[in-house]
Amino acid sequence: MTVRAADVAAAVRAGTTTATELLEQHLATIAQREPEIHAFNLVMTDHAREAAAAVDAKVAAGIDPGPLAGVTVALKDNMCTRGVPTTCSSKILDGWKPPYDATIVTTLRDAGAVVIGKTNLDEFAMGSSTENSAFGPTRNPHDTSRVPGGSSGGSAASVAAGFAHLALGSDTGGSIRQPAALCGVVGVKPTYGYVSRYGLVAFASSLDQIGPFTNSVADAALLLDVIGGHDERDSTSIPQVHPSLTDAITQGVEGLRVGRITDLPEGADPDVQERLEAAFAALRDAGATIVDVQVPAFTFGLTAYYLIAPAEASSNLARYDGVRYGLRVEAADTNAMYGVTRAAGFGDEVKRRIMLGTYALSAGYYDAYYGKALKVRRLIHDDFERAYQHADVLLTPTSPTVAFPFGDKGDNPFAMYLCDTYTIPTNLAGHPGMSVPFGTGAHALPVGVQVLAGTLQEPVMFRVAAALERAMQ
Amino acid sequence: MPDHPAERITVADVAKVARLARLDLPDDELEHLAHQLAGMLEHFADVDALDLADVEPMTQPYPLVNVFRSDVVTPGVDRDEVMAAAPSSEGGRFRVPPIIGLEG
Repeated sequence: MTVRAADVAAAVRAGTTTATELLEQHLATIAQREPEIHAFNLVMTDHAREAAAAVDAKVAAGIDPGPLAGVTVALKDNMCTRGVPTTCSSKILDGWKPPYDATIVTTLRDAGAVVIGKTNLDEFAMGSSTENSAFGPTRNPHDTSRVPGGSSGGSAASVAAGFAHLALGSDTGGSIRQPAALCGVVGVKPTYGYVSRYGLVAFASSLDQIGPFTNSVADAALLLDVIGGHDERDSTSIPQVHPSLTDAITQGVEGLRVGRITDLPEGADPDVQERLEAAFAALRDAGATIVDVQVPAFTFGLTAYYLIAPAEASSNLARYDGVRYGLRVEAADTNAMYGVTRAAGFGDEVKRRIMLGTYALSAGYYDAYYGKALKVRRLIHDDFERAYQHADVLLTPTSPTVAFPFGDKGDNPFAMYLCDTYTIPTNLAGHPGMSVPFGTGAHALPVGVQVLAGTLQEPVMFRVAAALERAMQ
Repeated sequence: MPDHPAERITVADVAKVARLARLDLPDDELEHLAHQLAGMLEHFADVDALDLADVEPMTQPYPLVNVFRSDVVTPGVDRDEVMAAAPSSEGGRFRVPPIIGLEG
């Protein structure tokens, strides 16, 4: 039985355990296994001890520290923490200390959570294996010869290895759901605009969304209930109060329509496909109806994404110019300084995407590439909307394969991009999606099943995820 | 075969894009990138099968309107903290190498 964050917080609030005691247990686990896993770019030992002591002081003084009292949280290292290095696993930001906290950092602190460290990622969240980190890869806790997935591989591994109760990642094309699947934990990409992105380092602004990694669906519901909601500092955050997901998961799935996408792109391994079929069967047994739907443009998601995301990234990453923060390589004039600084600071995958995006946006090619990709995006969105008239949720594999060995994708960028075939279309549509561990496949490695839903349909998505979790217990 | 610019992507094209992106890359890296970009853009030919003539482009998922906040002074980030992160600064300003008079 996994430890529930809600139970942890209840024990801290009741004084039957302390935040300090819980933190020290996690630090001990980290000391033992982190050298092998490398989930963190930075373990914030001193800051975390201060935060835990502050929580305990509140309890002692009779003040309620909040719904996440004493719960440890690991943050992907692309979320700004004031005075604490935030690197995006890039040499170009090595050593940079942000002058402000991301909204989620403030929200977590106000809820009594203890931020334990900053986790490793593919540089600027570009990748699906965490092999593209300037500080070395993270290893999968289930098999250290394999990748944890990515780009939020460090966050997924930190929860799977028991380094933290909860973690946060960011998902632009699958960067929460795919590593969650490969590490055997729950991972959620909420609706675009559900969680404030103020202080999240931007990769592709029309796609990025923050979401949880947890050991259970209930923990993910609790964490999203805390961090979801409007933030006036993020003009893309949805100005409304979200219904409680913790309440939603008390309901079953009787009468819900679960869609099977009959024209889903092929490519999932047989062991993964077998778990998907088992998930459909489990939901049918729980009272749901399985319906067939079509999402014809799903198959064009990867193509559209690899124009749109690099185009947005090439613009967002223009800010790393060696002037205001981060790395500077000196040169005789400013223009030359930009060129040598960026060439030295960015890794190969980031350069490749900046180049692809700049090309797609440049005069003469804009209409042929970027403009056309935006139209494909509309088709994908509209096809999903039509499917959701017939189904409450859709079920797909999260990743086509279980965790793969290091170096498996070689020097072929497109082979790595195929890892995100099933996750990318959701980001383009702006819809929510989540990965739920559903047994094991080849080599006894975890397999995740992906639950997709329409805009702001998190409550029904979580009900289905909870039913899948119950079926595995 | 559709007439895609990707089929004609040259090292000179890539060098121009690198200049636009402010990336000072060596010749061998430009050649490697020309090859890789052409390979990735080849996949884009898939969408030629689609009729996109009457499709409205979708730039982002949420229908946004301009967002205003009330005109009230709120604390910003600390200037000294910001300047402390600069690679080079002087008197509360960012210091850069010469910007005119040299080849760029």
